Order: sequence, then structure tokens, then C-alpha cells
Amino acid sequence: MKILSKIYTTLLFLFLYAPILVLIVFSFNDTQTSSRTQFSGFTLRWYERLFEDRYILEALFNTLLIAVVSALCATVLGTLAAVGINRLKKLPRRVMMNITNFPMVNPEIVTGVSMMLLFVAATSMFGGKNLGMWTLIIAHITFCLPYVILSVLPKLRQMNPNLYEAAQDLGCPPVRAFFKVVLPEIMPGVITGMIMAFTLSIDDFVISYFTSGTTQTLPIYIYTMTRRRISPEINALSTVLFVCIMALLIVINVRQSKAEKEQNEKGGTE
Amino acid sequence: MRNKLICAPYTVWMTLFIIVPMGLVAFFAFTDRSGAFTLHNIAQVGQYSNVFLRSIWLGAIATAVSLLLGYPLAYIIAKANPRQQSVLVMLVMLPMWMNFLLRTYAWMTLLEDNGLLNALFTAIGLPRFHMINTAGAVVLGMVYNYIPYMILPLYSVLTKIDPSVIEAAQDLGADSRKVFLKVVFPMSMPGVISGITMVFVPAVSTFIISKMLGGGGNLLIGDLIDMQFLGSAYNPNLGSAISLVLMVMILICMGIMNQFDDGEEVGGGMLL
Repeated sequence: MKILSKIYTTLLFLFLYAPILVLIVFSFNDTQTSSRTQFSGFTLRWYERLFEDRYILEALFNTLLIAVVSALCATVLGTLAAVGINRLKKLPRRVMMNITNFPMVNPEIVTGVSMMLLFVAATSMFGGKNLGMWTLIIAHITFCLPYVILSVLPKLRQMNPNLYEAAQDLGCPPVRAFFKVVLPEIMPGVITGMIMAFTLSIDDFVISYFTSGTTQTLPIYIYTMTRRRISPEINALSTVLFVCIMALLIVINVRQSKAEKEQNEKGGTE
Repeated sequence: MRNKLICAPYTVWMTLFIIVPMGLVAFFAFTDRSGAFTLHNIAQVGQYSNVFLRSIWLGAIATAVSLLLGYPLAYIIAKANPRQQSVLVMLVMLPMWMNFLLRTYAWMTLLEDNGLLNALFTAIGLPRFHMINTAGAVVLGMVYNYIPYMILPLYSVLTKIDPSVIEAAQDLGADSRKVFLKVVFPMSMPGVISGITMVFVPAVSTFIISKMLGGGGNLLIGDLIDMQFLGSAYNPNLGSAISLVLMVMILICMGIMNQFDDGEEVGGGMLL
């Protein structure tokens, strides 16, 4: 039984990782015909070409800019919203939670299309710029907001409500009480929400596809690359991204297990 | 008063960018190009019932395959020791962090007629198979992309099952098959439900996977919507009607699923 489950795990992980491995191997493939299936020598040419590609660098810059701006905005808006929702009475709270959950349940393509309709209507009504950076940022803030709220709310519920009242009883004005008492308590949730918003924004394709106009983000550029069928730079790009993500995950994991260990030790001595 | 103020920016934002756009979708769905009321678009959606059926059918197969493949793995991970657990969970999550366009592109390389899998088949003496641009390839792409969304909720439910419950069942004479069917599986039901919805919703509404792996012959609802808005058959009114139908369909499915889930919990509570 033990062996059986090991075999099963190996097979399933093979299924999950074989395609990625193929991409990585073929990113070093030296061939003029860019055949995707024959390995004919080692080269770093595709990497050179990748980092010389002005469009890719521009797309990368756009992606990062959008991710940073929308993650920050979504975090601020979402944290405030979570605090507000937490204080609401039962019925309005349910209404707000339903609105919050809606974009998460709704198919992404419908969200994307609906925002496209809004932005097109807005530009034709008020004139001005076409779809582009600003529509992308608005769209990204919108689909990131629910994730921020859902990661902050549990922290607010865990918090002792008396703390905030105690601060106020001791003469602390509400805004200051929020920053000195509430915010430090919910900080882990806020950070998690921000990281989630950041990664979701970087990775998003479907909603960006409908709201980007002619602005390129990395996923949209990847999409145009795949349409060209043969472009080995994609393999190089996948490899670079995969290595970055793996490094990031390992760092997070190591930090987490370290923190857990420290906590355990503390728990032991107390 | 102050509470309302804190919520206000968010309420305004969601109204502007979620509720108003949904209203626009409904408006476009029920009007023609000149803005006059019509039911023509909704009626026209009926013409595409085969596309809807295909999407639902392929999405359902992909969901079922993900459940069948994902459940054992989630179970194995949940039974491993804590250190192994965190490594295995990370391994499940890692491909999810790769852009899904790249993951799907990788399968294009593998499945092509003179692709790697066929090269492998000829190397070991098997005939070549035509795999790309088939419905099977689309299902494979769906399973590959969305199976982590099945494994993770299942795993998180399975780790929470109290081992003493299983021991109790064993003490009372249940064999391992019975323990699984009568104790473990029913208790993992919330994970099964959320896994099914998390795989089914994106699988039904995808348009990239079918475009990249399905060729032109496996049109899905997502492709249809894409075509009406950014593609050759530009017609936002029809596109909105299709989106509206898709949305209502998904929301009904979710409603049924949630009902089922809640019922399960209430039933369990009453038994206790």
C-alpha cells in the first residue's frame, strides 16, 4: 500500500511537471528551424533574444507597474472595507458579503466582458483616452478587492473588540486607535491580502485581455507569442519565470518553517 | 454613521465596477444596435445550444477526472508526516504559479502530430496518435490546469478529520473500504463540493484552452463570447446575451451545490 501510494504520487507529479520540464529543456535548444521536438545542441540564444526584446521588457514593466499600483490600492480600500463590514449589522453585512463574493464566483470572462462594456461606454460618453493602462488598473483593483477583504476579515473577527474600545476609553481618537491598536493586530491578514493581490494581478490574463485596449502586459504578450505557434523565446521566458517563482516559494517556505520553529520553542519555554 | 463612511469608498467602487457593468451586460443583452428593446439576442443564444452542451459536457468530464485523480493524491498528502505534507503541498501549488498560457503552450508541444509524445510512441514501437485539436486534448488541458484547485480544498478538509473518528469506526468493526465510504468520504464532502465548483466554473468558461488545444472544431462558450467582443463576429449584443446565460447557468449551479453542502452540514449536526 505504501509503495502503491508512492508510485501514484510520482506519476501524478510527473503529469504536473513533465510539460514544464519540456519547456525548460527546449529553452536551451539550438536550432534554426525552431523545431519544438528535436534537441540539437545547447544554446543561450533564446535568453539573449528575450532580454533584448523591447516589447517583452515593456510588457514586463507594465505588468509590474499595474500589479504594484493595484495591489496597494486594493489593500487600502479592502482593509477599510473589511473594517467597515465587520462593524455592520447582520443584514447589511450579508449584502456586502454577497457583493464581495460575486466577482469570485462569476466566470472571469463575464467580469472581463462587463468591464469592457463599461469602459467603452465611458470613453464614448466622456471622450478622452482609449482603453489602456487606467482601465487595466481599475479592473485589477476590482478583482483583487474581494481577496484582500476575505484575508483581512478573519483577523478582525479574531481580534478582541474590547481592545479598540479600551484605547478610546483611554482618550485615543478613533483614527489613531485604528492605527495603533487595530492595524497591528490585523497586519498579517493585510500583508497576505496584498501579496495575493500582487500575484493575482501579475498572473491575470482573461480580464486584462478584455480591458487592455492596445496596452501589453506580460500575459497578453505571451498570448500573442503562442498565436505565432513557434517562438522559442517563450520557453526561455517560462524558464525564467519558473525559476523566479520556485525561488520565491522556497524562501517563503523556509521562513515559515523557521517562524513555526521559533514559535514552538517559545511555547516550550513558557 | 462613521461605520457607513468607512465602507463607502468600497461600496461606491463595487457599484461602479461590478454592479453597473453587470447592468450593462443585461442592457446589451436585451437591446439591439440602436438601443431598442428586443428578445432577439436571447433567442439567438438557442442556436448555440450545441456549444453550450459541449462546454458543459467537457467541463463535467474534466471535473470528474480531476476529482478521481486528485482525491487519492489529496488523501496521500493528508496522511504523510507534517514535513512531507508542506513539501508536497508546495509541489502541487508550484505549477499553479506559472502562467496558465505557458502551461497550456507546453501541452501543445507535447501533443502535436510530430510532437514529443508521438516521438516517444514511435520510439517504443507504438503507432502515432492524433491528439492535438481533439476534444480529448481540451479535457486534458482543463484537467492539467485546474487539478490543483481540486487537490488543495480536498487536502485541507482531509487533514482536519480527527483520526480518532477513523479509529472508532475501525474499533466498531468497519473494514478499510467501509471506513472510507461511511466515514472519510462523507466527512470530506465540503472539500469535494468546493473542489468541484473551483474546477467546473473555470473549465466551462475557458476560451484559451480550447483555442490552443482544441483547434477550430471544439468551440466552447468562452470562444463564442470572445468572438463577439474581440473577434471576427463583432456583436456585443449577442455576446452579452451569451454571457448573461452563462452567468445565470453558473450561479444556478453554485446555488444547487451550496444547498447540497449546507444540507450535508445540517444533517451531520442533527445526527450529533
